[in-house]
Amino acid sequence: MKKIKKVLSLLVISSMVVASFAACGTKKSGETFTIGGIGPITGDAAVYGINVKNGAEIAVKEINAAGGINGAQIVFKFEDDVADGEKAVNAYNTLKDAGMHMLMGTVTSGACASVMEETNVDNMFQLTPSASSTDVLKNGNVYQVCFTDPNLGITSAQYIAGKGLAKKIAIIYDSSDIYSSGIEAAFKVEAGNQGLEIVAEEAFTADSNSDFSVQLQKAKDSGAELVFLPIYYTQATLILSQAAAIDYKPIFLGCDGLDGILTVENFDTSLAEGVVLMTPFSAESTDEKTASFVKAYQSAYNNETPNQFAADAYDAIYIIKAAAEKAGIKPDMSVSEIGTAMKEAIQQISYDGLTGAQMTWAATGEVNKQPRAYKIEGGKYVSAE
Amino acid sequence: MSFISYLIKGISLGSVYSMIALGYTMVYGIAKMLNFAHGDVIMVGGYIIFIVMSVSGLNPIVGVLLAIILCTLLGITIERVAYKPLRKASSLAVLITAIGVSYLLQNVALLIFGADTKSFSSVIKLPALKLAGGALTISGETLVTIPLCLIIMVALNIFIKKTKTGRSMIAVSEDKDASVLMGINVNKTIAITFAIGSALAAVASALLFSSYPSLSSTSGAMPGIKAFVAAVFGGIGSIPGAMIGGILLGVIQILSSAYISSQLSDAIVFFILILVLLVKPTGILGKVMHEKV
Amino acid sequence: MTRLKALNKSTRNNIIVLGIILVIYVICRILMAAGAMSNLMQGLLVPLCYYSILAISLNLTVGILGELSLGHAGFMCIGAFMGAFFTKCTENSISNVFIRYGIAMLLGAVCAALFGGLIGVVVLRLRGDYLAIVTLAFGEIVKNIINALYVGIDNKGLHISLQDAAALKLAEGGEVIVNGAKGITGTSRDTTFTVAILMLILVYFIIVNLINSRSGRAIMAIRDNRIAAESVGIDITRFKLLAFTISAAMAGIAGVLYSHNISSLVATPKNFGYNMSIMILVFVVLGGVGNIRGSIVAAVILTLLPEYLRFLADYRMLIYAVVLIVMMIFNWNPACIAWRKNHPIKGVLQSVIKKKEGSASGKEGGKAS
Repeated sequence: MKKIKKVLSLLVISSMVVASFAACGTKKSGETFTIGGIGPITGDAAVYGINVKNGAEIAVKEINAAGGINGAQIVFKFEDDVADGEKAVNAYNTLKDAGMHMLMGTVTSGACASVMEETNVDNMFQLTPSASSTDVLKNGNVYQVCFTDPNLGITSAQYIAGKGLAKKIAIIYDSSDIYSSGIEAAFKVEAGNQGLEIVAEEAFTADSNSDFSVQLQKAKDSGAELVFLPIYYTQATLILSQAAAIDYKPIFLGCDGLDGILTVENFDTSLAEGVVLMTPFSAESTDEKTASFVKAYQSAYNNETPNQFAADAYDAIYIIKAAAEKAGIKPDMSVSEIGTAMKEAIQQISYDGLTGAQMTWAATGEVNKQPRAYKIEGGKYVSAE
Repeated sequence: MSFISYLIKGISLGSVYSMIALGYTMVYGIAKMLNFAHGDVIMVGGYIIFIVMSVSGLNPIVGVLLAIILCTLLGITIERVAYKPLRKASSLAVLITAIGVSYLLQNVALLIFGADTKSFSSVIKLPALKLAGGALTISGETLVTIPLCLIIMVALNIFIKKTKTGRSMIAVSEDKDASVLMGINVNKTIAITFAIGSALAAVASALLFSSYPSLSSTSGAMPGIKAFVAAVFGGIGSIPGAMIGGILLGVIQILSSAYISSQLSDAIVFFILILVLLVKPTGILGKVMHEKV
Repeated sequence: MTRLKALNKSTRNNIIVLGIILVIYVICRILMAAGAMSNLMQGLLVPLCYYSILAISLNLTVGILGELSLGHAGFMCIGAFMGAFFTKCTENSISNVFIRYGIAMLLGAVCAALFGGLIGVVVLRLRGDYLAIVTLAFGEIVKNIINALYVGIDNKGLHISLQDAAALKLAEGGEVIVNGAKGITGTSRDTTFTVAILMLILVYFIIVNLINSRSGRAIMAIRDNRIAAESVGIDITRFKLLAFTISAAMAGIAGVLYSHNISSLVATPKNFGYNMSIMILVFVVLGGVGNIRGSIVAAVILTLLPEYLRFLADYRMLIYAVVLIVMMIFNWNPACIAWRKNHPIKGVLQSVIKKKEGSASGKEGGKAS
């Protein structure tokens, strides 16, 4: 019996090795562009990945219907990374095996920091819709559609000071999250420069993110007139309802992570009344582009309303298209040739999208665009510039 | 004053943990298995109530009752399909299967309900109690949770000590083989235990999501683990222990994040847990284990 | 083959395992050189090694010592951060990669071992699930503290803060190395497949030799009957600590391999939380508690499975969960065991094995002689 087990284990392992044969031989067709996407579509962060996947698919469908990029159709493949660095590298390698030309990903910053080392080696063009940490800019090979975290923190502080919204500020942030702690750190510094006083700075973590009574009580006791929430809307809904329960009514101000708060199913939007958001995108916008995107999204995906992740991804695909047309790349070029050409091209284009007008890119990969401030009034976004 | 207010918040958080821990400790006490899927049964219960209330617009009571029925059925099914075949296997094998069931429930929920968070409307319509001119607020949820916890705790104790089924549960937990000889149907007893545990999970889901109304496919996991910790705190297998453990856990979590560090509150909670177990190796109300040679 | 049989049983088994690992290594190298291996598989080679190391090191605690541990990822986390921290600090001062990586490896293992010893002391009085919960708590504490930990370096030395990066008060030109939730980014990627395989072999032999030594027998005696073991004069404290320390050190090594394989190191619930600890436990249980080789096979299969299920897209993790449950039932259910006895794989596979036997035993024999 022992021997059988031995032989069995040998068999299993060797068959696994042989299995790698099956996947080998990169399929490269000269007629289509393969664009890969990486993000979490299962697990805690699935909502962001699914939005990105859906948003990108809409853009791909539109572009293909209109004749593709430089006459070539796009094949879009999306792989799950559960928002984990190691799994993201696996996803990247899977996409490479599938003949990916360019990468639109990853969705989360931590995963992006791992994948960017791989794209750096391969000189693969990488445009991330939503990985906003400054760490992903380190190699200068990752281009962002979203703002960097410090950028959001700084503009938020400047907005508060510029509008004279408040003097005493409390911050509630997720110290275990890269996005949230990144914004918080920059905000704190800039708030000091702007003469704002931070009276409470309270953290929570991914493991205890449902009870905010302490954080809110401290903010209330410290007399903060404004609570800065550099977090995602899921927690924000809880914070808003718990603040209402203790009769605490400061101004709540958040960044793009709060976008989506009005579309949380069954959420009492009157709680969000008066919340200010610094976000590049609003599904409520009435401009033609946004309206047609939201409509396409809703009809394709079960009447769900897209959030900024979907919009970032939609823009990302169009940005790839614009840069690819500028660079004049063809699907039969190698990944590295495409990478070099695209990096040069993206720095020369200016793109008007859902998440910003006249976006341009620096050599570092950072995008240059302006966040817009919105205020929630009567369950709708109203410009608060 | 702020201390009292934090204490009240700790108790309300803790009462929710207690509620979940009751189900954990019940199953552990009888079946001697860590049912890691308990938290996910709570998540399923939450979705059932959510659908009944917001989609069909029925009375919350109907939702909770339906959740209790469906969760009980789910619990029995899980027990029948996944755990019963492993009755004679090592407890580790059952633990891993429970984890498999937990993944399964999470992913099925993700596919059915999508990844978007749903906002749960409270099933408890009781207004908050305001004391000392509004400085102290006790939410309606807390006002219901704590007495309900106590009632369930007492009822469970009576059920186990006074009824035939309850006593056969004790027998099964003491010695499975001997209880077979005494004419107890072990399989039936364990199935009933799971049914009760899952029904408690449904009640817990109503209270958990009423207090923290954010519902997604993974929102049962963390409260599940915390409640498991609470159950161990109080002495796993002990029903009053689960209640005390839950309340203590909530109070410690709130007080440590209020007075020490909100970033490190998880670490502090777990550190205190380790200290408690060092002093009382079987939890606060746990039975002292006698080893036979 | 006859000479192989003449050796004692454990030595023979060791040689066979070493042979199998080396054969796999050579096959992989040939495939890579020929460009016949998929990128996915190439990327997975190192993870397969460190997951195997994690599985066998946890098997020492769970299978040999007989204590359930739910915090193994915590030791891995300590090793990973310690190793990466050292590498980041000395990237410019120690130019020799071998020396730097070697020290990082050692440091990771030693630090994890220290914590392993510490936990060993703490849990001496505890049994069963209470012990499990303490290890779980330990893992969560490590993750939580690392998420709040900021360490920077400047010309005045190290600065440590549990608050934020600004509180480090670094001098001009200072660098923040451990940056809270962002962890450590840009660690030099020194882990190669060769190093990982060598570490796997090393860890395998340390653990197998421990099991077959006097100490190993003492540890197993404690597992089988603690009181009897104590009565024959086995020092329970010493051997429990030994097992915990070695197990933790090995997990630390796996952590160092991990942190030098991907360049961004963050402590999330996914990679260093209880989820990961449970994942490793799944490897151990599925491979057979106490069965070291089984742990490796299970770690390999369960790491590859979700990757090769990618074509299922959204249904991937669902199918994975189902497979997990079915595998456990198939492995442990008395009815299934009986069925397997009546329908031995032997018979079904006999023909297959016979065909392969020539080549397989040839390879083993070749390595052994």
